[in-house]
Amino acid sequence: MVASRAIGSLSRLRAFRILRSRGYICRNLTGSAALLTRTHLNYGIKGDVAVVRFNSPNSKVNTLNKEIQSEFMEIMNEIWANDQIRSAVLISSKPGCFVAGADINMLAACKTSQEATRISQEAQRMFEKLEKSTKPIVAAINGSCLGGGLELAISCQYRIATKDRKTVLGVPEVLLGILPGAGGTQRLPKMLGIPAAFDVMLTGRSIRADRAKKMGLVDQLVEPLGPGVKPPEERTIEYLEEVAVTFAKGLADKKITPKRDKGLVEKLTSYAMSIPFVRQQVYKKVEEKVQKQTKGLYPAPLKIIDAVKTGIEQGSDAGYLAESQKFGELAMTKESKALMGLYHGQVLCKKNKFGTPQKEVKQLAILGAGLMGAGIAQVSVDKGLKTLLKDVTVAGLGRGQQQVFKGLNDKVKKKAITSFERDSFFSNLIGQLDYQDFEKSDMVIEAVFEDLSIKHKVLKEVEAVIPDHCVFASNTSALPIKEIAAVSKRPEKVIGMHYFSPVDKMQLLEIITTEKTSQDTTASVVAVGLKQGKVIIVVKDGPGFYTTRCLAPMMSEVIRILQEGVDPKKLDSLTTGFGFPVGAATLTDEVGVDVAQHVAEDLGKAFGERFGGGNVELLKQMVAKGFLGRKSGKGFYIYQEGSKNKNLNSDMDSIFASLKLPAKPEVSSDEDIQYRVVTRFVNEAVMCLQEGILATPEEGDIGAVFGLGFPPCLGGPFRFVDLYGAQKIVDRLRKYEAVYGKQFTPCQLLLDHANSPSKKFYQ
Amino acid sequence: MTSILTYTFRNLPSTSKWTLRFCVRPLSCSSQLRAGPAVQTKSKKTLAKPNVRNVVVVDGVRIPFLLSGTSYKELMPHDLARAALLGLLHRTNVPKEVVDYITFGTVIQEVKTSNVAREAALGAGFSDKTPAHTVTMACISSNQAMTTAVGLIASGQSDVVVAGGVELMSDVPIRHSRKMRKMMLDLNKAKTLGQRLSLLSKFRLNFLSPELPAVAEFSTSETMGHAADRMAASFAVSRQEQDEYALRSHSLAKKAQDEGLLSDVVPFKVPGKDTVSKDNGVRPSSLEQMAKLKPAFIKPYGTVTAANSSFLTDGASAMLIMSEDKALAMGYKPKAYLRDFVYVSQDPKDQLLLGPTYATPKVLEKAGLTMNDIDVFEFHEAFAGQILANFKALDSDWFAQNYMGRKTKVGSLPLEKFNTWGGSLSLGHPFGATGCRLVITAANRLRKEGGQYALVAACAAGGQGHGMIVETYPK
Repeated sequence: MVASRAIGSLSRLRAFRILRSRGYICRNLTGSAALLTRTHLNYGIKGDVAVVRFNSPNSKVNTLNKEIQSEFMEIMNEIWANDQIRSAVLISSKPGCFVAGADINMLAACKTSQEATRISQEAQRMFEKLEKSTKPIVAAINGSCLGGGLELAISCQYRIATKDRKTVLGVPEVLLGILPGAGGTQRLPKMLGIPAAFDVMLTGRSIRADRAKKMGLVDQLVEPLGPGVKPPEERTIEYLEEVAVTFAKGLADKKITPKRDKGLVEKLTSYAMSIPFVRQQVYKKVEEKVQKQTKGLYPAPLKIIDAVKTGIEQGSDAGYLAESQKFGELAMTKESKALMGLYHGQVLCKKNKFGTPQKEVKQLAILGAGLMGAGIAQVSVDKGLKTLLKDVTVAGLGRGQQQVFKGLNDKVKKKAITSFERDSFFSNLIGQLDYQDFEKSDMVIEAVFEDLSIKHKVLKEVEAVIPDHCVFASNTSALPIKEIAAVSKRPEKVIGMHYFSPVDKMQLLEIITTEKTSQDTTASVVAVGLKQGKVIIVVKDGPGFYTTRCLAPMMSEVIRILQEGVDPKKLDSLTTGFGFPVGAATLTDEVGVDVAQHVAEDLGKAFGERFGGGNVELLKQMVAKGFLGRKSGKGFYIYQEGSKNKNLNSDMDSIFASLKLPAKPEVSSDEDIQYRVVTRFVNEAVMCLQEGILATPEEGDIGAVFGLGFPPCLGGPFRFVDLYGAQKIVDRLRKYEAVYGKQFTPCQLLLDHANSPSKKFYQ
Repeated sequence: MTSILTYTFRNLPSTSKWTLRFCVRPLSCSSQLRAGPAVQTKSKKTLAKPNVRNVVVVDGVRIPFLLSGTSYKELMPHDLARAALLGLLHRTNVPKEVVDYITFGTVIQEVKTSNVAREAALGAGFSDKTPAHTVTMACISSNQAMTTAVGLIASGQSDVVVAGGVELMSDVPIRHSRKMRKMMLDLNKAKTLGQRLSLLSKFRLNFLSPELPAVAEFSTSETMGHAADRMAASFAVSRQEQDEYALRSHSLAKKAQDEGLLSDVVPFKVPGKDTVSKDNGVRPSSLEQMAKLKPAFIKPYGTVTAANSSFLTDGASAMLIMSEDKALAMGYKPKAYLRDFVYVSQDPKDQLLLGPTYATPKVLEKAGLTMNDIDVFEFHEAFAGQILANFKALDSDWFAQNYMGRKTKVGSLPLEKFNTWGGSLSLGHPFGATGCRLVITAANRLRKEGGQYALVAACAAGGQGHGMIVETYPK
């Protein structure tokens, strides 16, 4: 006991000393008179300009927490008290991050809304002081400047940002179910105008530096530098600081004014916004739009509108108060807990927990230039992977190459990349009909037709040409990898990579390992997936793995509901009303009716009754009539090129009529229909965790939300069970079980959670 | 035994001479050099290689380099090139018919004379049996023309080659927009009035907006001045350092002009105008005045200004290159040998203008020389910031280790041997013609100052660069 305490104090002492000595070295280098090192911040004085540097120890990013805030205020008070200092620069010493936002954990630790409100009010007060500072403060931004970071920056008198890809500004709070609670809802409308401020706050999107300059969010841009006599990132920060110091001096000397010339459009907008009637119309329009898009499931956007409105209509005192109170309320909502959970899960699924692969994949080969194959190629070539794309016909290959080109070209049109970058990325793609150069490939991903015998054939062909270290990954949505690997000479190198369509838009990648798959193979595949920008879950092999397996019973229920006479439009509105981004019937059309049939039959065989309910015959008849969904122009709906409105496919009536089942009135209310669909999904997901298909509930939630569109406001099936209550879900399942039978029988793990309310998937 | 003796003998006296030179140099910059003794401390006595033909420069000339928009503005590029060729003919008295081949460098092409070498040669009265071609490699285009000549001669294809370069920035091709061009081309093909009218009906006013030749790097869309400013910042080159360097260039050029050292300049009687006999961009100013200028590219805080950048220039140069045997057989006394050369290239975004840094050690190693062997450095000055950034890169261990794959830095360049007769900043920089000016100036300086080896280096758009060793022809 004593010993441990002694060690504890010793280590603290040592840490202290290291920090002090580092400060000393810095002082020698910069040669400034006063430099005080604290844990997260330090500052030096260049002439009459104080340079405050954010640099939280042991972290890649700076986040605003209580410690950093108090250190910051200490420093600022010193600066304000020091007569030698006439202006200040705020900058981060970390490449790629200015301030990434407030510390989410600080918020998560709040027990009551009052606590959260207090956090907001403290930050508001701090930033108000900055705003009212008589000594001009320049925010020098390099890297992410998000949330509280941006609110800090806009409280300063001037902002200079590097025109780097990593420099992004934004207030993503809405995506976490909260609002910018440190004055953001009050300052942004004044700075950007009401419409632009709403856009920034309600979408939570990240804005690149050059765009931010045009909007008036930053005042000057600094170009990132190349190599000089030290590393580019280091010198760029130094240069940014030099420029910022010049501007700080200029501001203090009143040689530079922080006011910006507004363009004609901006002037007109701000004039229009000065008319109360116009403002009311804008609020109304925005509210309507939000209502339509969120279906009332997300409280944050409406509160943001409220806070902005209060500030503008009733003055800033009321505005700040409204902001902090609504911040507190939002922080306590289930939605914000769900969304923050997803954020954490996403961070987790962006890491490779299988270690560094022995050999980095430099050349990738993809078999099959179909929608999936070409999609995988597209997300690979722009990350610098040399990619061989093999197909069996020139026409098929050409279609795939065109898909990749179009994907890249669309990025050029959006100015995300230059046409030159497009060309050089596209040069990474090598289309071919044979196995040339496969012997130099480090990984092969097959995306051929979902048929076991074809997969076996290509596996054998490929294994004859690839080198020993090369990984063979199968992109399949339902075929068990074990069965595919059965014909392999080297099953430890065989793995499943389940991409979601469209590959360039869907963030999820489900990786499936068999018992024989080696850890290095997994590490290698995860590394490639991360390079491709994917959020990754790694699951065990089994019929349907995790995602398809959860989707199948849900789809079975969807068919059942359709058979019971609910029309597809109504079903779509019920499912989207629950928070699914795409309605169930539309989803089937998008996935492809034939694919759905395939999966339903396969998994039906594997799992029997639990996947019953709906009659696969419905899908079969649709396929027979050529109603394959969007790709064939007809499914539940009729699709016309160029037209966004879709009408119901009236030819479906006869199919529905032939398979019609009587609805059970006791479980056919709108709410019951929603829960029948969702509880089957959730039950299957929990079962996957129970059976060990899933390693963690986090991965289950990420997979469901990012791969299948499970309502993000519920945070995924596991978070949903935690927040909604396992008992309530079990009660629902039991109710439906009584009517329909075994497909609704709750699984053991769910029952365990219902029986002991303290059990949670997330502690 | 004998070899050891000669070795010591060769080495002994030279050391003292080196010391002498070092003592004298600080006193004055150019006069003492003229009296300087022939240097013998070279790593190599000569760079002649067995079984390789020696290539010599008989002489080289250029018409005065003028600010674009001045006296040459009514002319066409081949007019300037022709004037340079005629000047060369006059200077060397070479019979036109012995010239086997002509090659010219140019950057912005006049579409009517895309092979400007041929048009100029025909106009200058060269034999129509003498083939001519035009090369382009941005600011090192005429370097490419010269090394093409070296290749033709060394490989035995030719004996006498004229290499040169030309640029006319007073007039540049400004095109119709792509949409307009497409409509015009389609109109050509349209057969009926109906087709024509339907094409014309698609006309929109914005078709008329012209397309200027890009001054930006195609791959990065960044203008060169912008890249130079960023590069200066990367190497922490200050505005003042740049202004001081630019002032040095102008002052030295003025001095060289006044002392009549720029003997490569031949007068040019411009049709309808007075005879032009000297470069008109040399304007030594004061640091105070230069400091008043606003940054030209990165506004408002950049460091590259109009005063510390090379300006848009019109001009042409030409050079008579021969195999040594042929030159001697024709009774010429050549000025210099063209020896080893290299072309380098690197990242066109962040290292756009660092060509000289990469080319210098490479060409020295290729020739088996060290920095100390070089008596004359003649570098192309695109921007003062670019020259100073190259200085710092050459003198940085970190840069050498991380970007050049070297263990140690190349070393600092001795300023007293560096561009002592001015450079592109002051004399001007007609893109396609600068390379020949560098080489002929290097040859003339070697002769004047009594040195043996010169190093010529230049950067170019596209992140490319060139380096060449020029060896003076023994007297």
